[in-house]
Amino acid sequence: MSLLHLAIISPLILALFIPLVHKTVSKIHTGWFLLPLPVALFAYFLSFLGDAIGGQAIMETLAWIPSLGIDFSVRVDGLGLLFALLITGIGSLVVLYSIYYLSMEKEKLNQFYVYLLLFMGAMLGVVLSDNFIVLYAFWELTSFSSFLLIGYWNHRERSRYGAQKSMLITVFGGLAMLGGIILLYLMTGTFSISATVAMAGDIVGHSLFIPALICILLGAFTKSAQFPFHIWLPDAMEAPTPVSAYLHSATMVKAGIYLVARLTPVFAFEGLWIWLVGGIGLLTLFWGSFSAVKHTDLKGILAYSTISQLGLIMSLLGVGAAALHFPEMEDGYFAVAVTAAVFHLINHATFKGSLFMVVGIVDHETGTRDIRRLGGLMTVMPITFTLALIGSFSMAGLPPFNGFLSKEMFFTGMLRAQEIGLFNMESFGLLFPVVAWVASVFTFLYSMIIVFKTFTGKFQPEKLEVKPHEAPIGMLISPVILVSLVVIIGLFPNLVAPLIESVMASILPPLLAAGHDFDVHIYHWHGLSPELFMTIGVILAGILLYKFMPKWAGIYNRMPEKFSLNSFYDKGLENIQRGAAKITDAYMTGSIRSYLLYIFTFFILSLGITLFLKDAFVLDMSHVAEIRAYELVLAVITAVAAISVLLAKSRLSAIILLGAVGYSVSLFYVVFRAPDLALTQLVIETVSVALFLLAFYHLPKLGKNIEDTRFKAGNLIISIGVGAIVTLIALSAHSSKMFDSISQYYIENTYKKAAGENMVNVTLVDFRGFDTLFEITVLGIAALGIYSLIKLRMTRGREQ
Amino acid sequence: MEIVMSLLIGILFMSATYLMLSKSLLRVIVGTGLLSHGAHLLILTMGGLKTGAAPLLGQNAESYTDPLPQALILTAIVISFGITALFLVVAYRSYQELGTDNLELMRGKEGNE
Repeated sequence: MSLLHLAIISPLILALFIPLVHKTVSKIHTGWFLLPLPVALFAYFLSFLGDAIGGQAIMETLAWIPSLGIDFSVRVDGLGLLFALLITGIGSLVVLYSIYYLSMEKEKLNQFYVYLLLFMGAMLGVVLSDNFIVLYAFWELTSFSSFLLIGYWNHRERSRYGAQKSMLITVFGGLAMLGGIILLYLMTGTFSISATVAMAGDIVGHSLFIPALICILLGAFTKSAQFPFHIWLPDAMEAPTPVSAYLHSATMVKAGIYLVARLTPVFAFEGLWIWLVGGIGLLTLFWGSFSAVKHTDLKGILAYSTISQLGLIMSLLGVGAAALHFPEMEDGYFAVAVTAAVFHLINHATFKGSLFMVVGIVDHETGTRDIRRLGGLMTVMPITFTLALIGSFSMAGLPPFNGFLSKEMFFTGMLRAQEIGLFNMESFGLLFPVVAWVASVFTFLYSMIIVFKTFTGKFQPEKLEVKPHEAPIGMLISPVILVSLVVIIGLFPNLVAPLIESVMASILPPLLAAGHDFDVHIYHWHGLSPELFMTIGVILAGILLYKFMPKWAGIYNRMPEKFSLNSFYDKGLENIQRGAAKITDAYMTGSIRSYLLYIFTFFILSLGITLFLKDAFVLDMSHVAEIRAYELVLAVITAVAAISVLLAKSRLSAIILLGAVGYSVSLFYVVFRAPDLALTQLVIETVSVALFLLAFYHLPKLGKNIEDTRFKAGNLIISIGVGAIVTLIALSAHSSKMFDSISQYYIENTYKKAAGENMVNVTLVDFRGFDTLFEITVLGIAALGIYSLIKLRMTRGREQ
Repeated sequence: MEIVMSLLIGILFMSATYLMLSKSLLRVIVGTGLLSHGAHLLILTMGGLKTGAAPLLGQNAESYTDPLPQALILTAIVISFGITALFLVVAYRSYQELGTDNLELMRGKEGNE
């Protein structure tokens, strides 16, 4: 086990000790014991930066199930490193923030931090694994720990609802992804991600390629809250705010982005990938930003804004994948979309993380997140206001913050998307920049709502539960650090350019000639380009829409709630449960008769159809024994007795007729030369009939309605079917005997080896004595069972 | 003869199935009794009914009937007797406790009555 493996599972190890620490040291907030770990991990991962920028990938392997090709192999390249830094960096800030956010007295801190550490370890595992199965294992662990964190306040019904919803949707996607992984394995024969990437060219066009692509994308889209799977994210906002900031804005929801980026070199050669990733991303971008505006809960707005920004990154990755189709295009013509995606990924983590923390502060210090009750907090909470202002302006794409730069690059990517000369892009290509522009207008709008509806306007202290005041300094540290990053990256974007270059090398490896680097330069001012005019248009349209919001916001009410995706999900879940209950009620009647009917019907159909399909019925009369008259008479008597049992008017005659059948059978044993059988059958038939009569005698008076067996045509048809099938199979089996009996051995050796003359008895106690041993056991158990049934009266003390 | 026996076995199975589908518990047990008779005869028939002496070496015959199916049937008779006896006592006890032998009335407390 290398240090790298240890780094990935160190959060899981620490999670084991948290409950212990929490119990023994109750005076100090448990979070403090946690904080050093993500900080140390962040520093550790920073040490890989040089290698990653130099284009080197560190690979460590630890055998797990080598016989199945499943190894805990870890690979650190640009893409993995970027995510690892985000996870540990924002993780440290979130832990620090949570120390001030969660109260020591009121909250179950041990649980909270165990779940958080589980999540952190799982997420590191997802982004650094080089084995699909290990990636999948960590992937499910993130779903699982996210479920626990969303349901942290499990006494609230909304929390449980949100946790269940996110679990169902993400696990659905996770399982689809596992299917995709297995399909990939069938094509490549390896679970290694880097080996699969290297083999990408060979598997395009394989019949399993498209199914694998769709399955993997299902996993990525559900995890990253893409349309129409985005509905779990707003309900996940029931989690404590540090969790929302960490999982549902900066890390977990980007696992799908990671997966898409990681597998772009595998799948991008297929046009469908570009269409799906780009198209769904764009749809999510528009729908998320459009829906965000109607919300009044700050976390609800941020949830939809996260959905929309994830869609933005996804659409850029889709367009960027086109670069692999045109390697001859001048340097980075389509690859600029990938640059924008990676850059916006970093930017989004910074500004969205800080915005969530700001909302948490507002909630914490005023007691509400509803923008209708908030307003005028600017003078009360000046620092928080500044943080919110910068975060929101960056999100809206205003200069000089980092969001402006990535938004400009986004427009560049979308404008170039029209020129992808593939898959009907000529006719639909114009949609890309148009939708992107409209979505940006809405993004601008909700960014402004977050700042100005909360911090400006009329101060209404009477509507607030607590007297608002500025947050404690500890709570402000984390958002201040994130916002400083927003400003620093905004002013000096080329600080992160080397990192972006190394990430691009991981996403688009085929474009890179040996020993070359991607050349990323981000400029503030790139002349009077169309992108600049688009941004100006966004700002103007956004301001107009904001000013006249009361006039047009009515359109949101026109959309019927009945057709929303949430009600579709709720109704669907309800209908599945109701349908399943209906089906179960329909066939699980509780009556033995129905179950016997199913069993017999299946017996008839399966055997009958097999006989028919295999043409198995043969009738070979060559070695049948001759029919003697008395045998025939006996057979007729038995058959008549058996049928009369059915017609018997009383139970008594039924029992006597059963006895008649039994004695005829023992006569058959006589006729067919089986003396031992005849003896046994006679004795046992006598005892059985006596037992039947005993049971009959004890029939209580209440139920003593001796009635004719109710005639039911269905019963008759089924029973005739069973009889016919048995006869047919008996005839067919007898007619197609494959080889002779082994009995010659017994006949020869009964005396020679076993010193007996009765072959049946010697077989029972000597050749095949084990059968007899256990048959004795069966009798013993039956006797004990009968004894205890009669003697033990646990429920009622009724005397016999 | 095997063909006649096959038909007889079919009739036994048919009667057994019909009885097992009825409402009265006692009839179900009668049905299982018929079913085991049918199964035993089926084993015997499938072993071949070619005439020969009973499987006793003292007979000094040219050919004997097959001893193996007979040993199998003997085991099966004893086991089915044990099961039938236990089943009958279960039925007897359920008469005592539940006051009915109508299978349609024997239901758990939950579910649709």
